[in-house]
Amino acid sequence: MLDTVLQIALAAVALAMLLSAWRLIAGPSKPDRILALDTLYINTIALLILLGLWLDSALYFEAALLIAVMGFVGTVALSKYLLRGDIME
Amino acid sequence: MEWLLSALILIGAGFTLVGSIGLAKLPDFYTRLHGPTKATTLGVGAILIASAVYFSLHQSLSLHELLITLFLFITAPVSAHLMAKAAIHIRTRSIQRTQNKPEFDSEHR
Repeated sequence: MLDTVLQIALAAVALAMLLSAWRLIAGPSKPDRILALDTLYINTIALLILLGLWLDSALYFEAALLIAVMGFVGTVALSKYLLRGDIME
Repeated sequence: MEWLLSALILIGAGFTLVGSIGLAKLPDFYTRLHGPTKATTLGVGAILIASAVYFSLHQSLSLHELLITLFLFITAPVSAHLMAKAAIHIRTRSIQRTQNKPEFDSEHR
């Protein structure tokens, strides 16, 4: 049963990534694109964890943690760029 | 125990999907901000708890998934706050029905 549920969940998360990728391409304003990138990396964490469950391997955890840290830094840097016009002052 | 795992995974994937549907469908930036930043952290939280339970049952005790959960729960409000601040700073428009608009938005309507 877990295999079926995992397949459904992987499909749902992939669909969610497609939707946020569409917002990343179509988003009318710059903050929309930042928000879409933010959502995209959080969805990627979910996808990696589900893949680790699917393949029964704990190797994907470190990748997910790295994506979490780097994604947050990226979001903060992009928002700061919009706020200040500069990242490092 | 398999039922608990399946329920957690389905809840997580469902919330992730709902958050992204909100991101794609809602009308302006300030409403779009609500969908993903709340729903997605809860979704990823449920999936990470499922992963912790699964690996604790099948291998040794594994709690390092809680690290990602904790990190996401700390950083999600910070990034949402920064994005909203940036959007107000560059004067992103909101939809007509929004109440208590900032000054710049209610002028030319």
